[in-house]
Amino acid sequence: MNRFWSLLFLLVPIGGVATFVVAPYYNIWLPRDVSEQGHKIDSLFMFILWLTGIVFIGTQLVFVYFSWKYEAGTNKQPVKYSHGSHSLEVVWTILPAVTLLFIAIYQMDAWAEAKMRTPGLLPIVEVTGRQFNWDFRYPGPDGELYTRDDIVRTDGNLYLPVDEQVLLRITSADVLHSFFLPNMRLKQDVVPGMDQSMWFKAKQEGQFDIVCAELCGWGHYKMKGRVHFVTRADFDAQLETFRQEQNKVLADPPVVR
Amino acid sequence: MSTVTTDAHYTSAEGAHAHTAGFLKTYVFSLDHKIIGLQFLFSTLIWFIVGGMLALGIRWQLAFPWRSMPLLGEWLASPEGGQIAPENYTMLVTMHASIMIFFVIIPVLAGAFGNFLIPLMIGADDMAFPVLNMLSYWFMWPAFLFMGSSFFVEGGAAQGGWTSYPPLSVLQDAAPGSLNGQTLWLLGLTLVGISSMLGSVNYMTTIIQMRAPGMTMFRLPMTIWSMFITAILQAFALPVLTAAGLMQLGDRVLGTGFFLPAGATAGNAMVASGGGQPLLWQHLFWFYSHPAVYIMILPAMGMVSDIISCFARKPLFGYKPMVYSISGIAGLGFIVWGHHMFVSGMNAALGMTFMVSTMMIALPSAIKTFNWLGTIWGGKIQYTTPMLFALSFVSMFIIGGLSGIFMAATPVDIFIHDTYFIVAHFHYVLFCGTAMAVFGAIYYWFPKMFGRMMNDSWGKVHFAATFILMNCVFYPMHILGMKGFPRRLADPYHYETFSNLLELNQFMSYCAFLLVGLQIVFFVNFFWSMFFGPRAGRNPWHSNGLEWQAPSPPGHGNFDFQPVIYRGPYEYGSPEVEEDYYPQTQPPPVVQ
Repeated sequence: MNRFWSLLFLLVPIGGVATFVVAPYYNIWLPRDVSEQGHKIDSLFMFILWLTGIVFIGTQLVFVYFSWKYEAGTNKQPVKYSHGSHSLEVVWTILPAVTLLFIAIYQMDAWAEAKMRTPGLLPIVEVTGRQFNWDFRYPGPDGELYTRDDIVRTDGNLYLPVDEQVLLRITSADVLHSFFLPNMRLKQDVVPGMDQSMWFKAKQEGQFDIVCAELCGWGHYKMKGRVHFVTRADFDAQLETFRQEQNKVLADPPVVR
Repeated sequence: MSTVTTDAHYTSAEGAHAHTAGFLKTYVFSLDHKIIGLQFLFSTLIWFIVGGMLALGIRWQLAFPWRSMPLLGEWLASPEGGQIAPENYTMLVTMHASIMIFFVIIPVLAGAFGNFLIPLMIGADDMAFPVLNMLSYWFMWPAFLFMGSSFFVEGGAAQGGWTSYPPLSVLQDAAPGSLNGQTLWLLGLTLVGISSMLGSVNYMTTIIQMRAPGMTMFRLPMTIWSMFITAILQAFALPVLTAAGLMQLGDRVLGTGFFLPAGATAGNAMVASGGGQPLLWQHLFWFYSHPAVYIMILPAMGMVSDIISCFARKPLFGYKPMVYSISGIAGLGFIVWGHHMFVSGMNAALGMTFMVSTMMIALPSAIKTFNWLGTIWGGKIQYTTPMLFALSFVSMFIIGGLSGIFMAATPVDIFIHDTYFIVAHFHYVLFCGTAMAVFGAIYYWFPKMFGRMMNDSWGKVHFAATFILMNCVFYPMHILGMKGFPRRLADPYHYETFSNLLELNQFMSYCAFLLVGLQIVFFVNFFWSMFFGPRAGRNPWHSNGLEWQAPSPPGHGNFDFQPVIYRGPYEYGSPEVEEDYYPQTQPPPVVQ
């Protein structure tokens, strides 16, 4: 009966591995990646997943084996009166230390790519988070933000050209938010009073989720947007349509009673 | 060093009730570390139930979004017809975390077990400062009242997350809970801090000054080492949180602007003050709260080490490396706070340095895990209830530790930050880890606390149910996080990316309801055994620890003899003696 507990502990590595094996078939896995740089993050994720997976299976199986073999009723040997082993301690200090340092150093380039090497571009759009909406301000024909020809959209739909490196300026008007593009593997908290940048190149046309990933109040769950990746020609046409719509409203403002 | 007491009341006391002080002095305003420990234990068990109920609310909303919640919903959200309104959902996540961390885990480890065990395990008759000790408990009560009453004020309890990030938590118009609830939350937090501070000063002094003759630092059990390191962490980190809490309180009620940038608005209202920096709060908060993560796990590791060695009937493998690794965790714990802020907008170069220090802090945890495996290797494992909980701690801590590496890797963290991956990680460490260790510790030291045994069979039922169900609740959170599923979202299913996750969440919620419901097995066992359990002798587990040489329960003054210590606490299976255990107080055999 006592060995029953080892079998219970054996469920952990079995269930643990099975979950990750089955998950992709239910589409509960990394969402579709449509960015140029996202595969780097995905492959780093998979690298850590395999590494930790092997350590997980190894340690769990050792644990289960010991708990099976050294059960008091079955282990007729006298207890090993041991207080430890200096050489083992050295081995299991140095091995993980080297591995962990390697992981850290191995990740640095991708991190620098994503957050440090800002491309020398003008922002194609300024994203402003506010409770509970994403606002987008395009610079208009002159290419500069905060000039008279800016195009401001507040409907949560962001249009961006595909196959082009773009730079986004992101900020907040009130509390913290986080601009999260799951399909681009990018996330950046937005902080009032601070300008942040985000840059990427989309590889596929289509529309994808914009999620707020930092608690921002009661409407946090519905602070949703869509990003539309379209060809450069469609992008320019779309902005021109927006500009004309906006000019019409400016020329003939709706009467506020 | 403790003095030898010859008071007849003390020495004759097999029960705790021999001395003549009145009821109020004995059980309420008691100076006795054991009673104070039990007061902490009972308070935290009550808050454990409250925190668990709040978790049920969260799980209900994630499984059945916007459907009225039966039973609890009527009470929590009667104006909405039992439906959890979105602002109440953010309140649930905020208060579930705040209560579990500040009212359950920290006080149950340091307050309950620290108080109860430290003098008993080092051979002292009480703490160094009994009055301070009593105050450390009574400072919890105003905190209980502030946070408890915040549910009933206008706007409801705090809704800014347990991390209380400004401006959401500071601007009164930013969230209903920021109206009044947040102020009460901050007051409660500050008082919890004072309580912990009083406790930590006391623990450090007691452990350094009041050890029995022969009890050198390297003969202390791991429980005491971990309590000692925890006390140091609290003493150095808590002042920062207290100061930050007072600064946020100032921003809220005095019009200061530590954390508010110029021109911030909320709810169409301009804010008068400004010139502050929201990220400053995050730095200050995590400078405390990252060490606090270790405050919430180190004592559990210590107690687990003691329990595993006792029921493997084998010396703890690598005692000194274990001590050095918890000290290493404590030291490194102060330079890793930035890993909570990788995507916060903090300087990205800083992110790299924090990644390296964070990776390195995984190392002591790995060493400890290997040493636990080394301890059960070649032992004679007795599967008692406390041992099962302690072993499950090791198994679960492996998962919680390994998942931390994902978040430490900055590029990967960009994607999984603030998703269910982190929720999985800290529940594996705090619930599957610490809470399981606390259950184990309760089953293990219950005989010493109340002089009676808990029922072992029902304990095993409780263990098996908890072990299976909690894995069903928390393990799938890893793959939810891989999908990008964000935490703290009242209704994520209207996003295209997350629309297929409802069924899995419903499965997890059913398991969560069962998990919470079946804890009744524990509570019935606990209270029934307190009065009707079979009497335990002094040393029912045949353990070496000094506390097991005292009467069960120990009377006022703890020991009915002057303990003298001859060896460390892990001499199981020693060739020097016939029995497989060798208590710390047993004199070595006379060499002929």
